[in-house]
Amino acid sequence: MADLANLFIKSAFIENLALSYFLGMCSFLAVSKSVKTAFGLGLAVIFVLGITMPINWMINTYLLSETGIFGQDFTFLRLILFIAVIASMVQLVEMVVEKFSPSLYNSLGIFLPLITVNCAILGGSLFMVSKEYNFAESVSFGLGGGFGWFVAIVAIAAIREKIKYSHVPPALRGLGMAFMLTGLMGLAFMGLMGIDLGAF
Amino acid sequence: MADTIVAEKKEASFSFGKKERKLLSDPLNDNNPITVQVLGICSALAVTTLFNKALVMSIAVVFVTMFASFFTSLLRNSIPKQVRMIVQLVIIAFLVTVVELTLKAFAYPMYKDLSVFIGLIITNCIVMGRLEAFAMANTPYKSLLDGIGNGIGYGVILLIVAAIREIFGKGSIGGIKLIGPSNEFLIDTTTSSIFGWYEPNNLMVLFPSAMFVIGALIWAHRAWNKKLVDIS
Repeated sequence: MADLANLFIKSAFIENLALSYFLGMCSFLAVSKSVKTAFGLGLAVIFVLGITMPINWMINTYLLSETGIFGQDFTFLRLILFIAVIASMVQLVEMVVEKFSPSLYNSLGIFLPLITVNCAILGGSLFMVSKEYNFAESVSFGLGGGFGWFVAIVAIAAIREKIKYSHVPPALRGLGMAFMLTGLMGLAFMGLMGIDLGAF
Repeated sequence: MADTIVAEKKEASFSFGKKERKLLSDPLNDNNPITVQVLGICSALAVTTLFNKALVMSIAVVFVTMFASFFTSLLRNSIPKQVRMIVQLVIIAFLVTVVELTLKAFAYPMYKDLSVFIGLIITNCIVMGRLEAFAMANTPYKSLLDGIGNGIGYGVILLIVAAIREIFGKGSIGGIKLIGPSNEFLIDTTTSSIFGWYEPNNLMVLFPSAMFVIGALIWAHRAWNKKLVDIS
């Protein structure tokens, strides 16, 4: 259990998907103009990462690997199956949320379909395969990674809201400044890299 | 009615005029995928530590955008609107799998180097973005050109960033030593190459420097091309 908690902390802060691997940057930069929308997208990412990671783990272990039910190595189908799972899960989550919690649906609304092409989701699944996590670890990694992404996007949205009132050279305004800020935040997060949490 | 059919036929012909040239040249400057549309940043940051990696990645992306646009455009009239994302993703995933297996077979060290980022071409927003914005509404030939243009526009930025990062971070380009102390520096102090005093800056190899380099590129691009300046 302590290992799982450690993995959660590690994937959320030390190996932050957004600020250490720079995954999901497109939506990270496009949707971080205000804290409110960033909050919604961050929640949706936690949700989808937490769901797709265990499902992709099961697909990879029971269907694709040599020890699975087909007894043959189907790993070349990995990319297609993973992205199909992610796309259909996002669609499913969208429908379920719309049915049972219209208020949450309204706050996530347009961000759910965007998540399909968020590389943090597919990247998370691919990292899970290359690091050979087991089922419980993949759940912990999914939730932790999602949480880290959430923290990062809310933080940068808050900074960008403030920087609107600063005197920035015209050509650097908006996008250029967002890149510089993300770089600085990445540098700050690199300070966490030395922390040793055990065997992961 | 007859006129429109004639016009359509003309559109579909494989001419290479001003319009087609614009499809290729627009993504290089006014509508660059990275510095203007801000698409496909993730891989741009991760693979630009070395020039060779960036080169392979650019070729892979040009290949994928080109054929993904082409095939999607061929199928555009028979894809139901509700499931179009999944259909597009399957087309892209198929092409990326082709690239991945080719690299695995013919350039295994490069495949290991690029690791998950080959797979992440699937979610590279350029591919998806061009499919949604262009290929779903245009003829296959035009989509092919648009795909090539955007792939190259992306590749050019990737190569510039990689060149800057490798030359300041390692003192070389594509593995060829250009500046900084030569390898035998400590044995024979007279054989130092040009700018022998330059100490390679390790920060440039780390992830955050890609952010700074691309930020500076955007700054330079917008200072030069004033109509792109963000006035909001």
